[in-house]
Amino acid sequence: MEDGRRTLLDKIWDAHLVSAETEETPAVLYVDLHLVHEVTSPQAFSDLRARGLRVRRPDRTVATMDHAIPTRTGSDGRRAPAEGAAAEQVSALERNCRDYGVTLYPVGDERQGIVHVIGPELGLTHPGSTIVCGDSHTSTHGAFGALAFGIGTSEVGHVLATQCLLQRRPRTFAVEIDGTLADGVTAKDVILALIARMGTGGATGHALEYRGAAVRSLSMEGRMTVCNMSIEAGARAGLVAPDETTFSWLAGRPFAPAGPAWDEALARWRTLPTDDGAVFDRRESLDASSLEPMITWGTSPGMGMPVRGVVPAPDGDASREKALRYMGLEPGRPLLGRKVDVVFIGSCTNSRLSDLREAARVLRGRRVATGVRALVVPGSEKVKKQAEAEGLDRVFREAGAEWREAGCSMCLAMNDDRLEPGQYAVSTSNRNFEGRQGPGGRTFLASPLTAAASAVRGAVADPREVLSSRGAPSLAGDEGSAIGPVIPRDSDGTSPEGSAIPAERGQTKLLGTTGRTR
Amino acid sequence: MKPVRLIRSNTVVLPVDNVDTDQIIPARFLVTTSREGLGKALFADWRWEKDGRPREGFVLNRPEAEGARVLVAGRNFGCGSSREHAVWALQAGGFEAVVSTAFADIFRGNALKNGFVPVQVDESAHARLVEAPGTEVAIDVEAGVLSFGARRASFPLEPFARYCLRSGLDELAFLLSKERAIAAYEAKAGPAPWRLS
Repeated sequence: MEDGRRTLLDKIWDAHLVSAETEETPAVLYVDLHLVHEVTSPQAFSDLRARGLRVRRPDRTVATMDHAIPTRTGSDGRRAPAEGAAAEQVSALERNCRDYGVTLYPVGDERQGIVHVIGPELGLTHPGSTIVCGDSHTSTHGAFGALAFGIGTSEVGHVLATQCLLQRRPRTFAVEIDGTLADGVTAKDVILALIARMGTGGATGHALEYRGAAVRSLSMEGRMTVCNMSIEAGARAGLVAPDETTFSWLAGRPFAPAGPAWDEALARWRTLPTDDGAVFDRRESLDASSLEPMITWGTSPGMGMPVRGVVPAPDGDASREKALRYMGLEPGRPLLGRKVDVVFIGSCTNSRLSDLREAARVLRGRRVATGVRALVVPGSEKVKKQAEAEGLDRVFREAGAEWREAGCSMCLAMNDDRLEPGQYAVSTSNRNFEGRQGPGGRTFLASPLTAAASAVRGAVADPREVLSSRGAPSLAGDEGSAIGPVIPRDSDGTSPEGSAIPAERGQTKLLGTTGRTR
Repeated sequence: MKPVRLIRSNTVVLPVDNVDTDQIIPARFLVTTSREGLGKALFADWRWEKDGRPREGFVLNRPEAEGARVLVAGRNFGCGSSREHAVWALQAGGFEAVVSTAFADIFRGNALKNGFVPVQVDESAHARLVEAPGTEVAIDVEAGVLSFGARRASFPLEPFARYCLRSGLDELAFLLSKERAIAAYEAKAGPAPWRLS
């Protein structure tokens, strides 16, 4: 910085300063895009009303409904309506947007969807911009080289009224990810491995910049998955410098610049990447080539391990002991082969078209195991339409999975999509906190490939194994015949005698990561 | 916002690390359009049995927790979701401050905007408080010092956050006073790069 060499974060930060920070006061930072949803905005609009304020920039504010709305289809073939308190939130958002002139994409609109899916999809997420939303996964938009972070409801009110926030500049943190991902290993596995290494509070106070060859070769969807979970390492923001992948993904989208404005924007965006030699406050590196499919075993996203690994011993760590108790797991045992009740494919982490294609790659010609409930919830109406145009919905339905309407759904169990107490789920979402997917529910976080493979198997599965069992589409109801036995879930968590789960392979070490969260 | 200068209370100790905002208030309680009435939702899945009876043994259900205004919890308190409802629920539950060795960024910001004090102390002072639930503590916002018995532990507070706490100034009022600078920035930045429809 001092010598003029700046990081991507520095460049965005400097360009959005209404007034710089001083010892006494934080910076006043301008917000280019404010995304709004039904759950964290009503109290903010009430504040505006109470103070007689207007929304300063309705042209920079976009609202949708995603968190509390049902994703079920009713008997009439249409989405079930929100009920009770959720219905009140929905109508409050409609009223607020109408009263304050805010653009709203409500349920039924072809642009509705999870805020962090529709922003990029509509071309609202621009490189170099500042983006906020009353939602911690706003970090997703950093995949485009935007500074994007989650805010609380008071701050939602601040942005509505002033288009600005009071902020201290986050410290910079370079995460170099080199190497090449093996088949069956995805962006989700990269970020789960990284959080397992850094811990859930490991990046507090920092903005992560993901760099290196492995990041360059990720698709925009993969970059969004990585940036999305930055918050699970404690970072408020995650960024990837924009490149040709970014530009070609954005070109032609409804709210992306067009014509001469596109060329001007492109020239500006090309100056965004971190200058050679710019200094970061912290650095971490990861070798993508050594990664395997990952899964979490505990109740924080940092409690992760390779899917073939064994559940680690708590070693006197109270958090891990508590997590093991809640999860009903014993240390030293594999998760592979452990029976699951529900598979959830969706959320702002993994509900985009490429995620659904991955899941379909596994489910095509196979069946969801008997006794397993599998939900596939597209991230947006557009994703849903595209998936249906490709016939992915048929793949899911024929496999025995539920094909839903767009929304957050079982990621946070605000609507009626919930785990029952004690149930185990493999989920492509972002949080495995106690009760996150329903009181008493137990979550294993994994990639869409791993989730789909686990649905087929009826148990935690390695997607590489399921994919290599091609030619066995008759697996229907016969889970396990081609891919090893299923370990029944019994009271003490032990596996039956003669289990063919290769324990020695389960001890694969991941880059010295112990799966500890601290 | 009500000014906060000094908090005196006995403590309740929840010796758990990484208490996420889904524990502080599970998502199903977020279907509200108000800031009020979230007291019952505070730590709901730890605090209440399915039938609504208090869960035996949970710290907030013990008689000595009655009237306590300071919660002592493990490191990385408030991680996860950005829901400000977590702060509102703690306040509705009678709390005015949380003592930890580390706070998640968004929770810290949300707390300060509601006059709720995140008190980040060193491991050793924290360990002493964890060992002795019910300790009488004084939190001096002005000085940035938590004291109990003969012990004093300083905690960091940005000058601006401290000013807001002790004067009761809310940040929106401060931002609104920046109108001229904001307008000047907007004049330079030009119109939004899209036309919403």
